[in-house]
Amino acid sequence: MVVDQLDRVFAALADGNRRDIVTRVLQQEASVSTLAQNYAMSFAAVQKHVSVLERAGLVRKERRGREQLVRGDVDSVRVAARLLGRYEDLWRARIGRLEDVLAHPLEETHDARPQHHP
Amino acid sequence: MPVLSTTPDTADLSLTIVAELAAPPSRVWHVWVDPRQLERWWGPPTWPATFVQHDVTVGGTSRYYMTGPEGEKAHGWWRFLALDEPNSLEFEDGFGDSPEQPSEGMPTIHGRVELAETPGGGTRMTVRSSFDTAEQMEQLLSMGMDEGMTLAMGQLDEVLHAVV
Repeated sequence: MVVDQLDRVFAALADGNRRDIVTRVLQQEASVSTLAQNYAMSFAAVQKHVSVLERAGLVRKERRGREQLVRGDVDSVRVAARLLGRYEDLWRARIGRLEDVLAHPLEETHDARPQHHP
Repeated sequence: MPVLSTTPDTADLSLTIVAELAAPPSRVWHVWVDPRQLERWWGPPTWPATFVQHDVTVGGTSRYYMTGPEGEKAHGWWRFLALDEPNSLEFEDGFGDSPEQPSEGMPTIHGRVELAETPGGGTRMTVRSSFDTAEQMEQLLSMGMDEGMTLAMGQLDEVLHAVV
């Protein structure tokens, strides 16, 4: 996924209604009019949200007969989630090490410097 | 499990992580401000950090480098924006030789740390990291600093539950 696309993904997912739409169409493809029945907002507003999601690559539209069906793109959602997840892991690991430091105060001398060239 | 919660915010590109630590805030404060303690946990074991300067004053800077498996060095810096011992600290965290000479095109992270004493005499530590753009986050994570992957989290959770 290219970087601009990632910004679009995060912006698209920042909206609760759009997250709800993605959730629905990941489970089952749906036309915009079917989707619109779930929300208090207008058909046009739902259509606009779908367009934002489409530009972010989170959903795709497919023509089926006279209908346009919206379908979720699982891979795009996973890429976005993974990015934040990796940063979360970095911090989880840091906090694990921080706890070790707290648990072993006796090693807090200047000799505790990491050995870079063992 | 020391980490109580992690809250990614896709709207403002931040991650807030809350952990409970078995030491009072005054002690946890020192693992942040004492460079010899800080370098024992800041970098991953494969890229240990060495702080050559750690000027813990508002406007003060830190300089450090991380040493990779092949002996390669990655230089980084902090600049302290706010300090309230032992309750909170706020700093910028970037790459390059110094805040005056940051590596071009490299991310700068805004970090805020809060330390609150718990009834049992421990510390609830809240670390909030925010990025300017998703590109910055991507760059940081592509630098070999990540230590694995998870998929389960906050706002994205509700979307992902539909995928499983």
